[in-house]
Amino acid sequence: MTYFLQQLINGLAVGSTYALIALGYTMVYGVLRLINFAHGDVFMVGAFAGVYTSRFLQRARGISDEHLDQSFYTIILSLLAAMILCAILGFLIERFCYRPLRKSSRLSALITAIGISLFLEYLLQIEWHIGTLRFFGSTPTPVAQVAGWRNAIPWIQSHTGLSITGNQAFTFAMATLCLIGLILLVNFTRTGKAMRAVSVNYDAARLMGINVNQIISITFIIGSALAAVGGVVGSLGGSNIDPLMGVLPGLKAFIAAVIGGIGKIHGAALGGLLLGVVESFVGAAGWTQYQDAAAFLILIIMLLARPEGIFGKPAPEKV
Amino acid sequence: MTRRTLLKFAAATALALASTGLFNCGGGAGDASKEIRIGSLQSTTGDTSTFGKSSDKGIALATEQRNKSGGILGKQIKIMPADTQSEIKVTEQAMLKLIQQDKVVAVIGEVASGRTMAASQAALDNHIPLLTPASTNEKVTKAGDYIFRSCYTDGLQGQWVAEYAAAHLGKKAALIYDTLSPYSVGLADRIKEVYAKLGGQILIETTYAGSNTKDFKTQLTAIREKNPEVIFLPGYYQEITSLVPQARRELGMKDVPFIGGDGWDSEETLKADKESMNHCFYINHYASNDPDPKVQAFVKTFRDHYNGETPDAMAVLAYDAANIMFNAIERAGSTDGPKIRDALAATTDFPGVTGNITIDANRNARKPGVVLEIVNGELVLREHMAPPAGK
Repeated sequence: MTYFLQQLINGLAVGSTYALIALGYTMVYGVLRLINFAHGDVFMVGAFAGVYTSRFLQRARGISDEHLDQSFYTIILSLLAAMILCAILGFLIERFCYRPLRKSSRLSALITAIGISLFLEYLLQIEWHIGTLRFFGSTPTPVAQVAGWRNAIPWIQSHTGLSITGNQAFTFAMATLCLIGLILLVNFTRTGKAMRAVSVNYDAARLMGINVNQIISITFIIGSALAAVGGVVGSLGGSNIDPLMGVLPGLKAFIAAVIGGIGKIHGAALGGLLLGVVESFVGAAGWTQYQDAAAFLILIIMLLARPEGIFGKPAPEKV
Repeated sequence: MTRRTLLKFAAATALALASTGLFNCGGGAGDASKEIRIGSLQSTTGDTSTFGKSSDKGIALATEQRNKSGGILGKQIKIMPADTQSEIKVTEQAMLKLIQQDKVVAVIGEVASGRTMAASQAALDNHIPLLTPASTNEKVTKAGDYIFRSCYTDGLQGQWVAEYAAAHLGKKAALIYDTLSPYSVGLADRIKEVYAKLGGQILIETTYAGSNTKDFKTQLTAIREKNPEVIFLPGYYQEITSLVPQARRELGMKDVPFIGGDGWDSEETLKADKESMNHCFYINHYASNDPDPKVQAFVKTFRDHYNGETPDAMAVLAYDAANIMFNAIERAGSTDGPKIRDALAATTDFPGVTGNITIDANRNARKPGVVLEIVNGELVLREHMAPPAGK
């Protein structure tokens, strides 16, 4: 039983990262009916931003690069820096790559999204050297860990025999916080109301006096900031990051959003957690080679059986 | 189309053509007939970048020494580099660039077995000898008679891993390996085979997909359930430096030793999380603190040349491979592919830093190995492993 619960915990931690990225996918699809394939790479940029910020903070305090250790404060500051940077990145992508295509076919925007995704991935394959420092490049970049967070939390371990590491707890906590924040924003603020209006009917929202361009920009900003959070917490579990780390998580987050019902925020969160847990169980059952395949299999089954997702409304057939 | 769009289109095309031209001019420069061009096909960037960087350093040192003493056949040696970025697809293109653009007479490389195999076809098609200093998978030299290796094979390496584990670490083991790496798969198979023969039992076998996998908690949790006495980890340093700390810290598996092969050998392995990497073993091609005078002389020369840096196995192997190649070209008396090939095949008792090297009928080298243990960020030589007697 403990083994089952342990793998469940592993799955929830991984799923939290998927959920954070999926929230961005679902929000953008909600207002623009666009699947922003570049979102997984915003996650990757967020991870890099977090790593470089924490390294910069350490150097400012005189700690050498050899000493890969972070404190709670540097993590929070890295999160903030990554969120701001990715918010700007998301805004720029929308403003200069998607907005000009708003009057064009849906396909053009989709292809552009893929183009931006590839552009980000391969741009960051180039190594930049400033003095003795290396930035980006295809060689993986080490991640500083918060001291002690890799260890299982002692009182949980002694009372239940389960090991939940500090990193896992932090990931899950951040995902929950972001989800709650987003739900509050969308349901209880004017901006949220405007976002919901735009997602119901773009033109009607414009006619009602909503500045749609502004609302869409805000959507991208928030979505990208969430991906950045995902990037920073997601990178804490492993020991290094590289420019292609966003490809698979991005795809899985997209699947998560579809499973939960694309356009629905709680759907995206649930989809992410569900996907993480399923992946973990498939691995635990001994089929570690098929963990990734399982995610895509679920996508196919979902699209065949219930394309609107768990929380989606079945689209009526117009006869 | 309007005049404006036509102009834009023309400008874009011109820019594209110009940029391809700019990036291509490296190869043509220099007169190929006044120098001997040898290609160095290495992964200087990407997941296994330390392998490539170390290999290049070893080759560069050997080249400089040889050039100072007159080069080969009266000509200076020029090493043409090609970065495979640790990717198989890029390797194929890099090999073609070396052969077609840089016009090399032979190639030294790659390190990863999967990538050497990817480069083999171009070598065979163009009759360019390919000498790998470090690819250990058995299948590598089976590709064709232009593919050589100057290191031991996984058949031997896997046997040594299993033997050492069975004798010193335990008879109940877990195995975790990379399904996307021919090296890892081949080594894992051989370990299983020999370990079973020695009475060892593999309690659980699990896998991961690719060197850039970051999260191993699912696999490690499953392994922890079975409580093995030792864990076989025949992977590359990139994922090992994530996996072992996760096992030690996040899963609390502090006492179980890990053991693997030469893929562990990198400065990254020693820099990572010193506390976690304790009590880990791996088979390697050489030990930098081996008291053998030839080894120590090389280590000193390397350190003097490269700012005090200690050479790792890849550097030493590449150094030996480069010298074997120079020696073969000298004996062939020409830069003709088939003649160099024949000379390489006839290499006997070549005095390398990593031992006396003879290339056998299968184009493999019969050489000894060592077992190293990581203790506080340092490598400690535990045992010498000898190759089976015979040809």
